[in-house]
Order: sequence, then C-alpha cells, then structure tokens
Amino acid sequence: MSIEVTGVGKRFGDFVALDDVSVSIPTGQLTALLGPSGGGKSTLLRIIAGLEDADTGRIEIEGRDATDLSPQKRNVGFVFQHYAAFKHLSVARNVAFGLEIRKRPKDEIKARVHELLELVHLEQFADRRPGQLSGGQRQRMALARALAVKPTVLLLDEPFGALDAKVRKELRDWLRRLHDEIPVTTVFVTHDQEEALEVADEIVVINEGRIEQVGTPDQLYDEPANDFVMSFLGPVTSLGGVSVRPHDLEISTEDPGGGVAGTVVRSVRVGFEVRLEVRTSTESVQAVLTRTEARGLGVVDGTTVWLRPMLGAPTVRPTGLLVPAV
Amino acid sequence: MGEPVAAPGRSRSRRRGPLTYVFRLLVITYLVLLVAWPVSLVAKETFANGLESLRTTLSDPSVTFALKLTVIIAVQAVVINTVFGVGMSLLLVRYRFPGRRLLSALIDLPLSVSPVVVGLALVLVYGGRGGWFGPTLEDHGFQVIFATPGMVMATAFVSLPLVIRELVPVLEEVGTDQEQAAKSLGANAVQTFRRITLPAIKWALVYGVVLSLARSLGEFGAVKIVSGNFEGQTQTATLSVEQKYQDFQQATAYATSFLLASVSVACIVVVSLLRPRTEEKR
Repeated sequence: MSIEVTGVGKRFGDFVALDDVSVSIPTGQLTALLGPSGGGKSTLLRIIAGLEDADTGRIEIEGRDATDLSPQKRNVGFVFQHYAAFKHLSVARNVAFGLEIRKRPKDEIKARVHELLELVHLEQFADRRPGQLSGGQRQRMALARALAVKPTVLLLDEPFGALDAKVRKELRDWLRRLHDEIPVTTVFVTHDQEEALEVADEIVVINEGRIEQVGTPDQLYDEPANDFVMSFLGPVTSLGGVSVRPHDLEISTEDPGGGVAGTVVRSVRVGFEVRLEVRTSTESVQAVLTRTEARGLGVVDGTTVWLRPMLGAPTVRPTGLLVPAV
Repeated sequence: MGEPVAAPGRSRSRRRGPLTYVFRLLVITYLVLLVAWPVSLVAKETFANGLESLRTTLSDPSVTFALKLTVIIAVQAVVINTVFGVGMSLLLVRYRFPGRRLLSALIDLPLSVSPVVVGLALVLVYGGRGGWFGPTLEDHGFQVIFATPGMVMATAFVSLPLVIRELVPVLEEVGTDQEQAAKSLGANAVQTFRRITLPAIKWALVYGVVLSLARSLGEFGAVKIVSGNFEGQTQTATLSVEQKYQDFQQATAYATSFLLASVSVACIVVVSLLRPRTEEKR
C-alpha cells in the first residue's frame, strides 16, 4: 500500500474536520476522495501532503513514516484548485522549479522540462508567463511542475474545480490517459461523483469527517454501504421504506407478486427516458423507464401500476444496512 | 478619463460647466498657496546669488557633517525597517496568534503619536541618567541617547509603519498557495521566501522603502530630543537648518532645505514612476 492513513483526526476549533480516519491507498492507482464540500476530503489530502498537521494519527508514504516530515521532505506532488502558478516565472521556469531547488545539472533540467511540457502539450508556451495562459493550460502546467520532481505520490485538490464544464471534461479524460501512461500513485479530491466514477480506479467516500465506503466505482454504485453513499453517487427514491435507484424499479400494470401498488400522478418525458411519479398508499415514488418500455406498458397519468426493485438491484435501508437484493 | 459615458456607480459630471472651472481654480490656488509657492521660494532664495550660497553651504563643515550624519542615520533606519518590516508583515499576515490585532494597532502608533513624544519616551528608557536601561548600557560603554544609536532608533520608530502598511495588503492578496506549492516542490523556508515571496512583494517593498527613506531624511522632532543637537556631533540636516536659520545664516538654511527638498522630490518621482508599473504587474 502506497499511502497508509491511520487514525487521523483534525479539528478546527469546535469543527471536527476528520474523525479517526484510517484508509489505505493502493500504489500506482488513481484514487478519488469523494464527498460533499466541508466533508474533510481536502483536509485529508493536505494532511497527506504535510501542508496541514493532523491532531492525531499517522501517515505513511511508501512504507516511510511521514507524520512528522515537513512537506518539502515528503516528495509528494501537489496540484491546487487555483493552480498556485508562480506568476513571476515563465512556464518553463515554473516546471523547472523543483529541479532547480534540487540543484540538478542545467542540461538535465532543460531536457526534463522539455519532456514534461511536451507531455502536457505546452511546449510552444514555454516562455510565456502563467498569466497569459487559460485556466486549463495553467492547470496542466501545474501538473507538469508537480510531476517534474518524480514524486512518490501525486495529490490533486479539486484540480478541475475552477474550470468550465467543457474544459473540465477534456482535462478529466486527459488525466486518465496521462495516468495510464505514467502510473504514479495519484489521489484527487472531488465533489463531482461523475468525475470520480469516470476517472478513478478506486473511490473513498468521505462525509462529515468519516469514511463512508472505499471501493471501485462499480462496487460503490452496485453495493453502496449505506444510504449516504447510494444517494451521493446517483439518484435515489424510496419504495416501501428502502432506498432504490429509480431506474432499478420494475413497473408492471398487473401485480407480479411482491409489488407495491400505486397510481401514476405525473409523467415527464426527457429525451429517451420517461420519468414517473407514482403515489402509493404511503409514499411518493420516482421511477424511470425508457420511452419504449413506457409505450409498451401504456402508462399515462392515472394508470395503476405495481412497483418492485429489479432482480439484483442495490437497495438500502435508510438505517444504513444493505438489504439483500429481492 | 476622456470617455463620453460616465462609469456606472461613479458620479462624474459629463459636462464641464463653469462650476468645474471654479472648483479647479480653488484646488489649484489652495495647492499653490500651501505647497508650491513656499517650496519654490526656498529654491528661489537658494539661487538668489546663483550657485554662491550652495557653494558656501557645502563648504561649511558643520553642514556637510550634518548632511552625512542624516544619510548615515536614514540608511541605517531604513535597513532596520526593511528587515523588521518584512518580518512583521509576514507575522501579521501569515500567522494567527493572540494579540495579533493589538500588534497591528501598535504598528500604526508612530503615525499618530507626535515625534516629540517618541523622543521623550526613548530618553526615558535609554537616557544615561535615570533611564531604565540607559545607565546599565552606559556602564558597558554603549551610549544610546545623545549619540547615533538613539537617533537611529528614533528615526526607525517614526518610519516603522511605512514599509509594513505597504507590504501587508500585498501579502494578503498574494495568499499562501504559491508558497505551499514551493514547499511541496522541496523548497525550504529561505528558498521559498527568496524565490517566491520576495518577487511577489518586490514592488511594494521598494515603494515602502522609498517612502521610509524620505520620511527618515526629514525627521526632526524625535531626533532633536534624543540627539541633544550638538553641532558637528549629533546634528542632522534638519536640525542644522533650524540652527542656521536662528543664527541669521538664512542663505545656508535655505540651501540645506533645498537639498533636503530635492531628495524628497526625487523620492516622489521614483515612486510615481514605480506605481503604474506595480499596477500593471497585477
């Protein structure tokens, strides 16, 4: 395991940012720390980098105890949400910074900077100032700068958070490809579940200072540990007291056995899908089906339907326990 | 400025009515009567006999001594204020500690307290007779009051806020991201400061130092009290001007004043040349 976090706690005054967090982050993989704002994920990342001190607990990086090491001795690459570009230095000098600090020979620095600028597609901007670059370019520069010193781990704090949606998506795909090319252990913080599901090999869900679940994107989506993970990763509705995804509901116009009866009170078609609101005797349930399915069943407002979770669909009781699939 | 449409939120009169000209005339008259005319008279008096009075002034050993001493004291005070100013600014912006706001308020004190009070306060602490530390220091052969150290202290005290008040807003604006990035790239505290922090605050620092220098050269009240004003020993240029004026050597007084004023004007020119450049940099 590349990064070993053991019993880490951190408070800011009365606010508990991290509450006895332990997690292992695997070598060579792209791991996402996912959770809502203020949940403690950035704090955890900054503690791993040494930019913040933990009140309790230990951090181990590649088998070496890093708890009391200063950030400059941890050999981690850190990428900030707002780039933290060195404004007074050219793009090339920004990338060269870590190497200059390490007093590498001039030729080696030049060669490495050139190689990295090529990697992040900024070779033609080498002599520009960061101020003359777009947000996406600046973040690629920051990434090259962090990679230049060959860090043991690469840490990215909401790296695409300050970019617009289109650039965000491009950079996300690009980061995934870059990681496949250079498989350095990477941890990135995000509050965007789509970003985490799409890019990460492994996801750590953090909420209110605690780890809710650790797993691959598929595990998290298909076997959410609790209601929070389930609702954070995608849409959720409630049927007969259990949480289930709206597209995992089986809808029939005759009782299939074990179904809950209800009346369609509203149907909205959005592109290829039809969203239904079904009122049962106790609650209001959201269901989603394709246009073809909806036509086949002939559901309109007022139709009586029977709902039950599909075979193998993940369902969770709001108490947090995983219910075996029906 | 010449745009036909006034910027929103700012009430700028679009038409130049007669009232505009009246206001301008008022402002110009005010400035001429208060600043330009008196200062120009100093220059006029200095050059009333061509370069004669400047020549006599610069050959007067007590004046050249005073000018030299002023420069020595101002340079020392500015060096002290630069080092402490940078340190204090970093402390105020980068760290949170109890008493931080009190410290911040204390730094502004020299701006509001009369320099004479500063001088007296220093005498109370460091005076050779009856001061708190003074006798002890003098027993060890270190005289503060009526000597250069006291004069440097008084000057540094008076111009202390100038560097800090320039640096603090710039440091706040720059933030800590770049410094943290430098640290994570392996830079130690000294490297981070020299390569990242210093370039970011460079122009504000130059501006603060120039202001501080101008203020130090012109310091009068505090220095008069702590120096004892001994001609040829602890008399600075400003003190010399006062004495020459009272001794009916007006020509020398005017010439020395002119030299002091020229340095200040030079400072203002340097600063106004720097100002637009700092704004462009941001």
